[in-house]
Amino acid sequence: MSAFHHLEIEQLSIRLHGKPLLSLDTRIGPGEVLTVMGPSGSGKSTLLAWMAGFMSRDFEASGRLRLDGRDITALPPERRGIGLLFQDPMLFPHLSVSGNLRFGMPRATPDKQAAAQDGLARIGLADFGARDPATLSGGQQSRVALMRLLLSQPQAVLLDEPFSKLDSHLRHEMRQLVFGHLRDAGLPTLLVTHDHQDAEDAGGRVLELDA
Amino acid sequence: MPRMPLGLVPPLIVLLLVGPLLAGLIMALLPAFGYLPALGGESFSLAPWRALFDQPGIWRSAMLSLASGLVTTAVSLGIVLLFLASVSGTWLDKLIQRLVSPLLALPHAAAAFGLAFLIAPSGLLARLASPGLTGWERPPDLLIVQDPWGLSLMAGLIIKEIPFLLLMSLAALPQIEPARRVAMARSLGYRPTVAWLKVVVPALYPLIRLPVLAVIAFASSVVDVAMILGPTLPPTLAVSILTWFGDPDLSRRFMASAGAILQLGVTLAALLAWWGLECLVRRLGRRWIERGGRRAGDAPLRLAGKSLILLATLSAFVGLGGLALTSVAGFWRFPSALPDSLTWLHWQRALPSLGGPVLSSTIIAVVATLIATLLAVAALEKEQRRGRTASRALWLLYLPLIVPQVAFLFGLAVVTESLGVTPTHGLVIFGHLLFVLPYVFLSLSEAYRRLDPRWSQVALSLGVTRGSTFRRVRLPMLLAPLLTAMAVGMAVSIGQYLPTQLLGAGRISTVTTEAVALASGGNRRVIGVWAMLQACLPLAGFVMAVGLPRLIWSHRRGMQGSP
Repeated sequence: MSAFHHLEIEQLSIRLHGKPLLSLDTRIGPGEVLTVMGPSGSGKSTLLAWMAGFMSRDFEASGRLRLDGRDITALPPERRGIGLLFQDPMLFPHLSVSGNLRFGMPRATPDKQAAAQDGLARIGLADFGARDPATLSGGQQSRVALMRLLLSQPQAVLLDEPFSKLDSHLRHEMRQLVFGHLRDAGLPTLLVTHDHQDAEDAGGRVLELDA
Repeated sequence: MPRMPLGLVPPLIVLLLVGPLLAGLIMALLPAFGYLPALGGESFSLAPWRALFDQPGIWRSAMLSLASGLVTTAVSLGIVLLFLASVSGTWLDKLIQRLVSPLLALPHAAAAFGLAFLIAPSGLLARLASPGLTGWERPPDLLIVQDPWGLSLMAGLIIKEIPFLLLMSLAALPQIEPARRVAMARSLGYRPTVAWLKVVVPALYPLIRLPVLAVIAFASSVVDVAMILGPTLPPTLAVSILTWFGDPDLSRRFMASAGAILQLGVTLAALLAWWGLECLVRRLGRRWIERGGRRAGDAPLRLAGKSLILLATLSAFVGLGGLALTSVAGFWRFPSALPDSLTWLHWQRALPSLGGPVLSSTIIAVVATLIATLLAVAALEKEQRRGRTASRALWLLYLPLIVPQVAFLFGLAVVTESLGVTPTHGLVIFGHLLFVLPYVFLSLSEAYRRLDPRWSQVALSLGVTRGSTFRRVRLPMLLAPLLTAMAVGMAVSIGQYLPTQLLGAGRISTVTTEAVALASGGNRRVIGVWAMLQACLPLAGFVMAVGLPRLIWSHRRGMQGSP
């Protein structure tokens, strides 16, 4: 996590059944959070799906996506190096907490058990490794999901309204934690949200999409 | 999963199912018109048809088959819909649902034997009512089982088709949000049962239409149940065909082939008649719904729904219990409700001959199910990776459930004979696969498609490969539905009679062929032993399918409900 990364969206244009949906040309620097806002139907989630490599075949896109200058537009999702956080923590229900963390670690990670232990300590859940994720509170699950993402050593991150399902008193705290970690790791981040408070806490540029 | 060309799987499945079906139909069609060089039929003629129509009672046989297809389906569907309309979440409703599900695993033949034992003149019902109510000191001379109208045959089929249609409906219901529909209707003043029939059934029926058509096709052409419960003089068309094919006089095969084509026509006629019924019911139903009656008849409808399904379910269970009892009964005089003594003698006598058929049944069921599961999972995984659009050709999967077995299996047997393939377990497994694969696919696809796509997206975005995502995420998360689908596949295979009998050329015996072979003999003690065995074998699969995931995921709360 030493190197600092940057992400470039070059002349992106997405169409749905021939009708233009959105176009974008921007650069996200190391540790920067670009917030994309807009009503539903404005193409926020399609933008996210295109960047992650999951875009449905109903859409057509032209333009390039570059990570540290390398063109990753045509790469399959698992080789892009782009991590994802959803609205729900999506901790695998059949694995333990520590199993979830180890699941995403790169193969070459020397001591996965120790790395998982260390990661849990960093989010204040040191003794939770052997636990069943279903027994954790919503906030705890979100923190594990964040740490799973970080330990997979992504080079860029996409956030899909990751705070919208948290209790309001947890939201601010969780935002600080997520943005702090992503900034420290120098990861370019794209945040999709409805919530202006999210954009404010992210502290970066805000892009409004029209319906 | 190894690097397997997934794109080839859907065409492979279609080829595997449609190929044999077409080959079988053609090899029934040609001899039906006199052409089968292997048996000296060198030129086309109508002689087989003339011979067929000269058979005494042939039209009665055909009408029996047609009627049993339509009546069985109408009654089963009616009972299932009435029951679902009357469900209000009471303990009785839950009990009924819990009792009905395991009946799905019960082979048709075992259910038929159970019913026969219940209603026969010397059966349990007659014993309970005698001599007090009836005055019978000895079994009356009545033709109840194998009655000429086929009523006991239809009753036996209804007992088995109710669980099938009920589970198909329960699987389809969540899509149409019945609770919201009923709540809306009730707010307009409709009583709950009437509301359900008026606002849920019209949306539900299109979703269960295919299983309904499969029931018509099955009931109009069934062989094993008809051999146990059906009339004998004349038997149903399918049973007659089987007899002619088995005739040592090989020239009768031409006539039998014509019969197979006639069976295809009878089943088609039943499907067409059903289609006409659908139109009629739709028209009358619309008038009934638009008239706006909202209270009348609610209580009787509810009572009918619950009591009819309870009657059918209890008949199955009491019949099975009776079979179990007979299999260990010592001396049992007629009017006594219980045997004088219990003995293991019948089991001990049967024991030496049990091993082979049990092993055969198990091997065939396990291998056919494994192949079917592998193909179904591969096709579904392919569908997921391509992005959710189901391959259109896959509707052909349901073809073996709609085309009557008798119509194409004989032809298929002729094909394999002429190719010089000797009847082995392999050939029988291949035959079973035709019927196991559709059910495994049906059972698994629902769960596979419902799994949240974000699970694999998360895994992929963490840098895990597609193969690894399949192995480490989708497969474990779908373990429970996967095992259930396998148990369904095993049950389907274990219950098969005709494919085993025909493709095995009578040389491969399973618990089902053994049990059905005993039907004409009438030794009830031995039948009890085999029918029990036949009922228990598939149940073992379901016990494992339910138990294993609970055991494996006992420390994972998120895996306790089905995903």
